Amino acid sequence: MFEKVWDRHVVVPETADTPAVLFIDLHLTHEVTSPQAFQVLRERGLPVRRPDLTLATMDHSTPTRTEQVFGNAPIAIESAAKQIRELEKNCAEFGVELFGLRHNLRGIVHIIGPELGLTRPGSTIVCGDSHTSTHGAFGALAFGIGTTEVGHVLATQCLLQRRPKTFAIEVSNALAAGVTAKDLILGIIGRIGVAGGTGHVFEYRGAAIRALDMEARMTICNMSIEGGARAGMIAPDETTYAYLEGKPRAPRGAAWDEALARWRTLPTDEGAKFDRTVGIDAATLEPMITYGTNPGMVVPISAHIPERAGDPAFDKALAYMGLTAGEPIRNQPVNVVFLGSCTNGRLSDLRAAAQVLRGHRIAKGVHLLIVPGSQQVRREAEREGLDRIFIEAGADWRESGCSMCLGMNGDIVPKGEYAVSTSNRNFEGRQGVGARTLLASPLTAAASAIRGRVTDPRELLNG
Amino acid sequence: MQALKTLRSRTVVLPSTNIDTDQIIPARFLTTTTRDGLGASLFADWRYDGAGRPRADFALNQPAARGCEILVAGRNFGCGSSREHAPWALLDFGIRAVISTEIADIFRNNSLKNGLVPVIVDGATHEWLLGNPLAEVALDLETCTLALPTGITVKFPLDAFARYCLLNGVDELGFLMSKEAETRAWEQRRG
Repeated sequence: MFEKVWDRHVVVPETADTPAVLFIDLHLTHEVTSPQAFQVLRERGLPVRRPDLTLATMDHSTPTRTEQVFGNAPIAIESAAKQIRELEKNCAEFGVELFGLRHNLRGIVHIIGPELGLTRPGSTIVCGDSHTSTHGAFGALAFGIGTTEVGHVLATQCLLQRRPKTFAIEVSNALAAGVTAKDLILGIIGRIGVAGGTGHVFEYRGAAIRALDMEARMTICNMSIEGGARAGMIAPDETTYAYLEGKPRAPRGAAWDEALARWRTLPTDEGAKFDRTVGIDAATLEPMITYGTNPGMVVPISAHIPERAGDPAFDKALAYMGLTAGEPIRNQPVNVVFLGSCTNGRLSDLRAAAQVLRGHRIAKGVHLLIVPGSQQVRREAEREGLDRIFIEAGADWRESGCSMCLGMNGDIVPKGEYAVSTSNRNFEGRQGVGARTLLASPLTAAASAIRGRVTDPRELLNG
Repeated sequence: MQALKTLRSRTVVLPSTNIDTDQIIPARFLTTTTRDGLGASLFADWRYDGAGRPRADFALNQPAARGCEILVAGRNFGCGSSREHAPWALLDFGIRAVISTEIADIFRNNSLKNGLVPVIVDGATHEWLLGNPLAEVALDLETCTLALPTGITVKFPLDAFARYCLLNGVDELGFLMSKEAETRAWEQRRG
């Protein structure tokens, strides 16, 4: 599948001396990694070559408090406000469509592409953000780029790329009740390591993957980068087409039929060879949770934190986390719970959390922050009454954005505190200086908020 | 981008594995619209204490590290986000090359676009470099070699096109723009 998408987008083939010139079908941009790229265009007097294939939103440094988004309260961080104004200016000057701060379609860049029907099978998608891999759930070749490359795509709609290697991740059987796509991808990263996919594109395959809905597939592909791969793909199937049909910007009528016929030729041919293959049995997984400072430091929720003698990096990570090797991770007290991000900020994630939270109050002293991935997700959640379940449970219900995943907008975990987070990175300081992040699924996050300590969600779902 | 043919420098060593881009430059410093001045925030949470004072025990803060242009880091350097602010911060601080056994894909790409050389070496060479901070080493991009003070010289991989750009101080945008006719033809073919 990867080869088919790649080959169909080669404008100039690669040689020993030069990389391939690859055409990009969709370029998503946001306020943090684009200003310097627009500046380069300005300095060289260049236009955006294909504004029709470019879409901008704001998500990373935007406020999530309603009064700062829709009211008259100033955005708390002045430099973030300046970045937002800069994107507005750049989009107006270069003719790029922008979903600005108050736009009803605004949201995290990797949430809005799929929900608009812009993310399509077989397409090439880039964005100045490493979690662009999310869009691979549709059988698109989607990967994160730096700001210089953002400028290249703005100016030429092309990128210079060397062909990566392929890596099949075969997931057999099915996930058990209470075990989610998030647990599966954490399990995969735990198995192959955070650099396991360097230089490769993943293809997730097998019965357990086919059984997942599109939002779960997005959670899987989203964290490909945490396994070292720039991109991760899942072959499109009826689930994919059913999701896309009727989305606001998906093809319609004859164009839809034509697209569908093309998409059906994408899945990997029988017997195709991959450079690497690894097999995972989904049925053996339980809810997973991280204990260290990278997503590969992960254990099943019933397990103990491993012991690893003579590994200074491991000792340093545990010292930062304030955790002890050999101890259980279950029942670790928790101060903050974050539900959201491009990994787990979609409607199905909010529904899963609501299923656990319904009729409960969160533990005293816990801050439960729930940030929908887009304004559309927020509206749909409110239509279903999920917001009331959250608020009655004691949660803080916000406007959409990246928020506490990376704490750029001031939504941070206080120093030294423990956060169960549905986001994607547990790096030192990621959620705030001295913040201690435990990555987990929305189910585990909700259960842990109720008990105020790391909790296996199956205890609440079954009880 | 500044051309670079050879580089001779002492090394500063950060032996941790998996040093991610949130360590290289924390996200709170990314609310900037320029690429200047990011060196002050390089490794901010490791370099400064809670009061903003430099930590004496951090390698980059030691007087001997002043002027070092080559960083030796543990395996899988630069993992995490696509922020180009990471190589910008390293360059602004004065680092021109990073040596490790493994360097994350997006960081490596971003580095090459800015004249920061990612150097991948074998385990034994890496061990030696980690064990000998402040060693004076020499990089040669013509031959893609790294010379250690022990007299040992090792080759490192570097994409031919990236090497050409580094040696000549040219960026890739000009090359891409020269393919406009091919791009237009491709767009027409696809319809």
